Amino acid sequence: MKDFPWLSVLIALPAVGALVVGVLPRAREELAKRTALGVSLLVAAVTLVMASQFDTGGPRFQFDETYWWIRAFGVHWALGVDGVALTLIGLSVVLVPLVILASWHEADRSGGVDTEPRRSVKTYFALLLALEAMMIGVFAATDVFLFYVFFEAMLVPVYFIIGYYGGAQRSYAAVKFLLYSLFGGLLMLVAVIWLYPLSNRPASEGGLGHGTFLFSELTRLQIDPTTAKWLFLGFFVAFAIKAPMVPVHTWLPDAAAQSPAGALVLIVGVLDKVGTYGMLRFCLELFPGAAKWATPVVIALAVLSVIYGAILAIGQVDLKRLVAYTSVSHFGFIVLGVFAMTSQGQSGAALYMINHGFATGALFLVVGFMITRRRSVRIDAYGGVQKVAPLLAGSFLIAGLAGLSLPGLAPFVSEFLVLTGTFTRYRVAAVLAATGVILAAIYILWMYQRTMGGPAKEAVTGMKDLSVRERIVIAPIIAIIVAMGFFPQPVLNVINPSVQHTLARVEKADPAPQIVAENGARP
Amino acid sequence: MSTSTSVSAVLAQSEIPAPHIEYGQIAPILVVFGAAVVGVLVEAFVGRRRRYLVQLPLTAVGLAAALLGTIVLAFDKPFHVAAEGALGVDGPTLFVQGTVLVLALVSLLLIAERQQGHFAAQAAALPGSEAEQETAAAGTVQTEVFPLMLFAVGGMITFPAANDLLTMFVALEILSLPLYLLCGLARRRRLLSQEAAVKYFLLGAFSSAFFLYGVALLYGYAGSVRLSAIADQLSRNAGQETLLLAGTALLSVGLLFKLGAVPFHMWKPDVYQGAPTPITALMASCTTVSAFGAILRVYYVAFENLRWDWRPAMWGVAILTMVVGAVIAVTQTDVKRMLAYSSIAHAGFLLTGVVATSRDGLSGSLFYLAAYGFTVIGAFAVVAMVRDTGGEAAHLSRWAGLGRRSPVVAGTFAFFLLAMAGIPLTSGFTGKFAVFSAAVQGGATPLVVVGVIASAIAAFFYVRVIVVMFFSEPEADGPSVVAGPATAAAVALGLTATVVLGVLPQPVLDLAGHAASQMFVR
Repeated sequence: MKDFPWLSVLIALPAVGALVVGVLPRAREELAKRTALGVSLLVAAVTLVMASQFDTGGPRFQFDETYWWIRAFGVHWALGVDGVALTLIGLSVVLVPLVILASWHEADRSGGVDTEPRRSVKTYFALLLALEAMMIGVFAATDVFLFYVFFEAMLVPVYFIIGYYGGAQRSYAAVKFLLYSLFGGLLMLVAVIWLYPLSNRPASEGGLGHGTFLFSELTRLQIDPTTAKWLFLGFFVAFAIKAPMVPVHTWLPDAAAQSPAGALVLIVGVLDKVGTYGMLRFCLELFPGAAKWATPVVIALAVLSVIYGAILAIGQVDLKRLVAYTSVSHFGFIVLGVFAMTSQGQSGAALYMINHGFATGALFLVVGFMITRRRSVRIDAYGGVQKVAPLLAGSFLIAGLAGLSLPGLAPFVSEFLVLTGTFTRYRVAAVLAATGVILAAIYILWMYQRTMGGPAKEAVTGMKDLSVRERIVIAPIIAIIVAMGFFPQPVLNVINPSVQHTLARVEKADPAPQIVAENGARP
Repeated sequence: MSTSTSVSAVLAQSEIPAPHIEYGQIAPILVVFGAAVVGVLVEAFVGRRRRYLVQLPLTAVGLAAALLGTIVLAFDKPFHVAAEGALGVDGPTLFVQGTVLVLALVSLLLIAERQQGHFAAQAAALPGSEAEQETAAAGTVQTEVFPLMLFAVGGMITFPAANDLLTMFVALEILSLPLYLLCGLARRRRLLSQEAAVKYFLLGAFSSAFFLYGVALLYGYAGSVRLSAIADQLSRNAGQETLLLAGTALLSVGLLFKLGAVPFHMWKPDVYQGAPTPITALMASCTTVSAFGAILRVYYVAFENLRWDWRPAMWGVAILTMVVGAVIAVTQTDVKRMLAYSSIAHAGFLLTGVVATSRDGLSGSLFYLAAYGFTVIGAFAVVAMVRDTGGEAAHLSRWAGLGRRSPVVAGTFAFFLLAMAGIPLTSGFTGKFAVFSAAVQGGATPLVVVGVIASAIAAFFYVRVIVVMFFSEPEADGPSVVAGPATAAAVALGLTATVVLGVLPQPVLDLAGHAASQMFVR
């Protein structure tokens, strides 16, 4: 089965599913939803089968396929996954069916405003599936050009999801999102184009003798330091916007506030990971020298993101904006781990990408459930919910505690690894970033206290608890968060080899992290 | 006295050698002009009712036969001059000619659309006059459009083939004059249309004068109007440099005017807005392709050795064109004007391919031309479809909520816009990548950086149209979509080409690569 084109199939399945859902008759809404759910479950099942064949001791990129795509540009349809990419694909395919299920009535209501006309329901689900195809593609691409294609094409479905199904300010948020991302992407395009003539140089000048965008070949390039710095910046700015890091993070709160909650899980949970994934994979491995050159500034920006994002989160009155700012803070941690250039830091960062996807995804899903009931995103519209809807409040609490990295829940392991990994090299940065953990306790617990604690407000007295559908959505995520909090080693085993590759490339290898004793669990 | 002797000396020669014309090699041009002349005769001798039925097949067959001729010629990889060196027959020329002919056939679908009359019933009738009402009531259909279009297309396929500057000038005039007329033929908003025609004519005549003056100066420099002779003179480093530089500058003005490069772009928005939409589509696609083909030939053949002198200027023009086109487009509220400014910005992107002066630059530009031509025809075809009581709903605000009303048409238009913005998996991205990568390899990386920044600005106004169409609420009396079969076919063709050239561009890239492999004949 090793020769089976797993990844192409994984990309094709949701893409075809999106087309099928897109051409269904407009009136068959239920059918569209069921088809979308069925397709996404099938994709998850296929991924599971594929992942079971992943050999952690095998070659770095597995399930690889390489075909010519555009010969004139030296572009291949080249796919393959290492541990980091595999786990991120896993994250995507698990979240998509849950999001589809959670958004079952999302499009029916058109952005939470009942007065607005109904929007096409099938289109929403078709866009979600199209997004899934591109998310798998972007993580699986081992050709830089192909990666760029998915990276940019992904903007289109998200743009329509926010702009068509979002809240009152949706078109502003959608345009802001698109322009920020497009601007970063175009800078990256210059860098991508530049790689071609560099690889086209004869081998005696440090090139490869033929123009190519294959990642495996590009890592053998000799690039002179000045050019490498420019190229690094081209890639890094695009990824920093995507991630998003301070000071180019401002699109995220707006997009988060306006986007439908279901899609938001994918935008923050998966899409933004492309930024940090890109830093780990492309910035570090293609331009190791330049990455070292930029490390001090990046570390400073990362620490700034951690603290600034957390402080802003404390001040929010809008639930979705609050969670968005917590993500800015968490992305700071991930970037910190990536650029700490230690194996603990990078393994932690790679693990954090997954954990953050589930933890923040859970938080957004529960927030979405709350908004469906109360029709408000303002924190002060809630209060005392735990008295009327204990399951809802409980899920909210667990998701929130995961967000503040409580030991025993998944994000703790990764945050701890990031901080220890950073501490060995950048003591001050680690100490400063650790304050983010304390700030996290403030924004999460205070939010919980204001929305769930206290006497039940009159407006929430009639609030229903989680329905069966919502329980099916939230239960698996919480199970994963708890499981990965206690047994992170299997995932770390998948991630570690590829992190070692990256570190070997930046020539700063040190021993792989073993399980953290403080977590109270051993593999 | 001396004049009369020379005349008598000429007369004394018993035989004047007849020019040797390779009819087979220039057949496509001859076929188009022949069809145009027959079209004029049809206008004169065929009854009014039957004219349309005769003209349409005649035009279509003429264009298709010329296209067939081009393809047949391309098979034996020609690389020579024809008609005593007046016309070059080589890969890039045939590619440009083929592209023009294909795009002209697609534009013909729009022009031939009868369900929505785009053209004034009688151009000579004054707007608002009784004569106009009479002809409108009689249901007369304009058919002069067809031979006029054929003449214009004939000029367009001669222009990039012209191997000497005089032929090039003649071709320029042949392509321009019918276009001036065609611009004034709009059925609705006739005053705007006539104003556009006059503006285009005056500015066009002005730029032709520049061109001609440049030709004269270059003749003074090289003693010949032949492009290869100018190149030879340059390589010998002989002649007066003042004449050369002044001539090159003036010639460039004439050429860049036709392309609509800044600062010679003033006519474009007005003309694109005023002209009947099918003609705008024809101009935006075929004229751009043809003018760009001529520019490539002039700079790659005649002035190749002068590139250290013209490249800085071309850098400036390219940067200005990209930035000004993109920035001004942001403020537009009329869809056709916005597309006009967008086409100015695209002219700038294309010029980066000229700056590259390499084989990759040439093949990239050729691909870009083909890709952009299809997209822009498709876009204007959609503009022609969206109509309210006063004709086309040109104002952007009228397009509000079109995505709700007709999702397929609005979705298609959005796709064209995304292609123009250069989003991957569309032909626009492939084309942009081709020229930008050639420019980077040619050492013009700063130009490419400006190019991508301009693309980002351009994306803003493309996206704004999508916002209006999809994210705004429809007006109660909004425009409706009237899709005539021919217009719909043009949209479908444009859409197909935009998708295919974006997803599987290799065959066309190969074609452009082969066409560019030998560069231009001298």
